[in-house]
Amino acid sequence: MKYVDEFRDRDKAATLRREIAALVQEIRPARPIQVMEVCGGHTHAIFRYGIQDMLPEEVEFVHGPGCPVCVLPMGRIDDCIAIARRPEVILATFGDAMRVPGSHGSLLQAKADGADIRMVYSPSDALALARTHPDRSVVFFGLGFETTMPSTALTVLEAERDAIGNFSVFCNHITIVPTIRAILDSPDLRIDGFLGPGHVSMVIGTEPYDFVARQYRKPLVVSGFEPLDVLQSLWMVLRQIADGRAEVENQYARVVTTGGNAAAQRAIAAVYELREFFEWRGLGSIDLSGVRFRDAYADFDAERRYAVPALRVADPLSCQCGEVLTGLLRPHECRMFGTSCTPATPVGALMVSSEGACAAQYRYAVRAA
Amino acid sequence: MNIVTLSHGGGGKAMKDLIDQVFVTAFDNALLAPLHDQARIPLALLAQLGDRLAITTDSFVVDPLEFPGGDIGTLAVCGTINDLAVGGAIPLYLACAVIIEEGLPIDLLHRMAGSMAATAHAAGVQIVTGDTKVVPRGACDKLFVTTTGIGVIRAGVDLAAYHARPGDAVLVNGVLGDHGAAILAARGDLSLDAPIVSDCAALHGLVDVLLAAAPATRFLRDATRGGVATVLNEIAIAADCGIEIEESAVPLREAVQGFCEILGLDPLYLPNEGRLVAIVPQAQTERALAAMRAHPLGAGACRIGGVTERRRGQVVMHTVFGGQRIVDMLVGDQLPRIC
Repeated sequence: MKYVDEFRDRDKAATLRREIAALVQEIRPARPIQVMEVCGGHTHAIFRYGIQDMLPEEVEFVHGPGCPVCVLPMGRIDDCIAIARRPEVILATFGDAMRVPGSHGSLLQAKADGADIRMVYSPSDALALARTHPDRSVVFFGLGFETTMPSTALTVLEAERDAIGNFSVFCNHITIVPTIRAILDSPDLRIDGFLGPGHVSMVIGTEPYDFVARQYRKPLVVSGFEPLDVLQSLWMVLRQIADGRAEVENQYARVVTTGGNAAAQRAIAAVYELREFFEWRGLGSIDLSGVRFRDAYADFDAERRYAVPALRVADPLSCQCGEVLTGLLRPHECRMFGTSCTPATPVGALMVSSEGACAAQYRYAVRAA
Repeated sequence: MNIVTLSHGGGGKAMKDLIDQVFVTAFDNALLAPLHDQARIPLALLAQLGDRLAITTDSFVVDPLEFPGGDIGTLAVCGTINDLAVGGAIPLYLACAVIIEEGLPIDLLHRMAGSMAATAHAAGVQIVTGDTKVVPRGACDKLFVTTTGIGVIRAGVDLAAYHARPGDAVLVNGVLGDHGAAILAARGDLSLDAPIVSDCAALHGLVDVLLAAAPATRFLRDATRGGVATVLNEIAIAADCGIEIEESAVPLREAVQGFCEILGLDPLYLPNEGRLVAIVPQAQTERALAAMRAHPLGAGACRIGGVTERRRGQVVMHTVFGGQRIVDMLVGDQLPRIC
């Protein structure tokens, strides 16, 4: 298939593997080089194509926090379910949020229990539901990084323009940059470089990552999502390490520009403002890492429209997602991996979505046999 | 508009008329015609064909009822025929129970009965008994159909997953995922205009030529819910062996591949209604493939992998990219990814 096969070419992959192995020889690392892929889409590609197994032992991927579904805290899921259970509400959500466990079950369970929850593929599908169900209140479960933020914002702008009064958004959009900083600030950081998120960067550009190179002296390469993209980006990170450079580079130039998408940024700026802090499952509270609607759009803010309990629910004590997210543990080294925490019964964030490191490892990684 | 009402399920004249006009007329055959409470099948006829009776049952609840390449009627007939066929049975008779939600247009019911009758006729199978229930609005979704199939297994045929042996080949009879993608596209909530047609088909004819060409075939399974991935996992567990497949050998229609790329779905888990997985000893693989390819339902038959000694209980895929990964059982439904 055109525009797909080119990016999955086995021969080019073999060449890159050799180049990567040669670079590792050149670097001669004292311990394995850890490269964090920030985005869940990369995690998915790494496991789906078996990329880790193609690499020298001295290179490890650390699977970062960039799966927006995985990092949703339990309290927010509980709040979402509370909204969905209101008799007048139709809750519209992306499919992979359905299985995320709250403290008393998931949206999937709430749906089975009678809540009117519909799977949609975009916020505009949710707005269409509001138009066709004027007697009901349609709430869109808005989540995701800057990738999905603009489409939610544009939908709210459209709802305002068309005076759709029975539409609102339960806003859980988050922003990745403060979280990268939080990871870089963690005292036992072992990460040597980053693959930067591709779709987020399509919106925000590459400039917001400059501090990673300037202030923390770590290479960051914005990467595409096809397996050759990931391998090439890894090679670029290793090349920087070998050269003693720390720069922000853009492997995904066919999609990402330095300045990003100005129209999307305008929509984001118009509709959202930063929250003082937002809770991330597995990582805890991170300052300025979430957004909410500006007062001008309060009418479309489900949090203000419905009194939600807004309780903070602590992650399960035995959960080690935080250590996995910061690269201290590999997924299968968590004490719950594959026993009490599986894709069927996820306890921790990373087992929830197929983009979560643990779910991907559980599902795709070849186990010793 | 002429619609089914609760009175059609009341056991009185309205019900008798509905059954007569819709089902008996469409299914028309000598075993059904006396309208006993049961179909009466001479044992002697069955005994001529084989030495074991095969019985299977399946319920069909597809939404939408009609989709490109078929409808719930074709599905209900083909699905049950296939469940018999992959056991090496000659499918002979079907029983058909329908649960109708009140308000269903009678025209639609006629169409469904008509496509059941046509599909059964083409497959050489008779629908010999049935049942009709009407339930209040909301108690079912438009129309549910259950078919029970009876067939006879030829003497000497013993297909089972646990017969798979290291060295065997894993074959499929054509491109995968068409049915699942066609249904998802037909639901219309994706706003994707995909020219994908369900692969819904009765496979007993194909099985006949396959078994004639490769009599040592170990196992057959139609890859319905859970797709080929699920079937392969079941084989790996039942036979306590490994299965390794080549991603580059997995046949996919470009439209289905594109559909899956956009939605983040894995075609190996998409349901099929006219595709089977065959485990065939290496020595008979070429003959099996040639026989299938000569049949209209096996034109795209190919080898996708093999059974191995190592990695027992696991299915491993060698990716197009040169890596490898596990192909596990699905936990629940495949859910589209957010980004």
